[in-house]
Amino acid sequence: MLVTGLGTFWGGRVAQALEQDPQVEVIVGLDTTEPTVELERTEYVRVDANYSILARIVRAAQIDTIIHTFLVVDPTQMSRRAMHEVNVIGTMNLFAAASAPASTVRNVIVKSSTMVYGCAPEDPVWFREDTPRSRTARSGVERSLEAVESYVRDFAEDNPHVNVALLRFSNVIGAEIETPLSRALELPVVPSLLGFDPRFQFVHEVDVIRSMLFVLDRNLPGVFNVAGDGLLPWSEVVRICGKRTVALPPWGTQFLTVPMAQLRLVDLPDEYLQLLRYGRGVDNSRLKDLGFRYEFTSASAVEAFIEAVRLRSTIGEGAGVYRYERDVEQFFRHSPAVVRD
Amino acid sequence: MEDDDRPAGTERPVAEVTERPVAEVTELPRPANAPLTGAVTDPADGGAPSTGRALVPVPDPEPGIDEPPSPRTGDVDEWGRSEHMRAIARRLYDPVYRKWFRAEWEGLEKIPSDGGALLVANHAAAIPSDAPVIMHGIETELHRPVYGLADNFFREVPVVGTLWSRLGGLPAHPDNAYRLLHDQKQLVLVFPEGTKGPAKLYGERYQLRRFGRGGFVEIAMRAGVPVIPIAVVGAEESMPTVVRVPHLASLIGVPYLPITANMLAMGPLGVVGYFPAKFKLRVLDPVHFDVPASQERYSKSRVMEESEAIRDRIQTALYDMLRHRRSVWFG
Repeated sequence: MLVTGLGTFWGGRVAQALEQDPQVEVIVGLDTTEPTVELERTEYVRVDANYSILARIVRAAQIDTIIHTFLVVDPTQMSRRAMHEVNVIGTMNLFAAASAPASTVRNVIVKSSTMVYGCAPEDPVWFREDTPRSRTARSGVERSLEAVESYVRDFAEDNPHVNVALLRFSNVIGAEIETPLSRALELPVVPSLLGFDPRFQFVHEVDVIRSMLFVLDRNLPGVFNVAGDGLLPWSEVVRICGKRTVALPPWGTQFLTVPMAQLRLVDLPDEYLQLLRYGRGVDNSRLKDLGFRYEFTSASAVEAFIEAVRLRSTIGEGAGVYRYERDVEQFFRHSPAVVRD
Repeated sequence: MEDDDRPAGTERPVAEVTERPVAEVTELPRPANAPLTGAVTDPADGGAPSTGRALVPVPDPEPGIDEPPSPRTGDVDEWGRSEHMRAIARRLYDPVYRKWFRAEWEGLEKIPSDGGALLVANHAAAIPSDAPVIMHGIETELHRPVYGLADNFFREVPVVGTLWSRLGGLPAHPDNAYRLLHDQKQLVLVFPEGTKGPAKLYGERYQLRRFGRGGFVEIAMRAGVPVIPIAVVGAEESMPTVVRVPHLASLIGVPYLPITANMLAMGPLGVVGYFPAKFKLRVLDPVHFDVPASQERYSKSRVMEESEAIRDRIQTALYDMLRHRRSVWFG
């Protein structure tokens, strides 16, 4: 199995979960940065952002499953250009490697985002997997995700023998993940747009991992929305967090949010301002009909998040932050001195 | 041994969690910063599942499983409607409905007390007064909510958009209508004339505009619900448009910008103040389409034919009601 983006939040968590399964023989993790979580037997390979050596790895390790978690959906993480490199070029190379002649790849899971549906006033309340977006994508993330999804579709069409699953995750929240929304909700007063109270949907990070493993386990092909049940007005989200909102003017909001980002208060890029205006809901019934059960609803995911925030504010960031040490990891994996079962 | 041979139906810890009420889910006995795998893969499962299928402890769908608890924590439903806000609005609007417009219904019993139905009416007045009257009337008389589909222009206006949503309005998207009518069996109100209705001048009153492209018929067919036409008399006179200012309208970005008689008579107050025209509403016989529901497409000619027939019936009813109306103000 091959996990891309091992150093990211998702890649590491998925690899951790996969290690628990004895049927998974080899887990190879790719990333530009070192893993941030402790892994027992995953092999970490450092690559460049757009995976130019991927074809060799796939061939050498006889990879049969690729879990593509390395898609940047948070525009505050990197520049537009870097994001294009990672998302579009990375995915292109990944699929080029996977569709090479004599490729052993049989399963591909791609982690996308419900951002591909966009956010506009004429949107339906619930997006189904096949509902087209209302307006053309303009922001960098949305356009790169659209490009990625079109590669996924092409790949699935050209390689009918490969199981391709595309998971679109709603706003992820939980104990550990940091997103623009979670940062906004951690502020003493939470920004909102004057006169707007859109409805939000959340998915807990635990359900994100579970859904990926669920799809992997059952070899489900297709596109799936992954989002908790229920839509919550932003005011209610803020109330669950025990905070108050501060209303930003609905017009010319960038003049406030750009300085706020520079002061490192909170970075709310256009996609999120639009979300604070109209919200977004996606229909999660397709995956549920196949037997997936969510542990968290939108509301309970927010509750779990704020409980984690409270705990963190009392006991600090947690003592043991994991640091990857190549020599140590090599020792545990390959030294004859280590007793293995 | 528990690990070795787990009967298929045995509930795993995760299964318990999903079936607990929402309030308890948050009190999971798990430290918030514990490694995620602890929650993802139960130690008992992840250790050595001999079946090999338990990569993730997702319970199989069991027949007879209870419906999961409602994901709602507050008063606002998935469409944005708030029963609490509706109740306040009903209390405030009731005097307007009873004393100002003196709304009078005819054939209200034709609206079913349960099951989905698409209500279709003629649309008028610069700021349409017919939608609140219909919604208020049905909610107070039949005690069931009505969702109003409207132009998504509302959504873009601060405060107004939010209020409109809390009071039961939502963008007229076919998916919204299908879900409300077919899955949730609600009453949905739609004005097929769209903004062309309220945008028309006083001289064109009670002359129905084109009924869009018949989308409302297609929605009703797909949802398998009847269309119930309603003819409304009174709205036209409550806020008549004298002239339109199209250039300014496109400048501001609104669908139409009227100068109303109310503005001329009442000044600034006339922007929102209605004339006390007498409202009469006649519910016509429901139209059932005997076509299979939930199809991808329906015959366009059939759709247009039905749409035109419904338009004709509302138009005929309007003429009939106007023939019997002695006074604009007293009915």
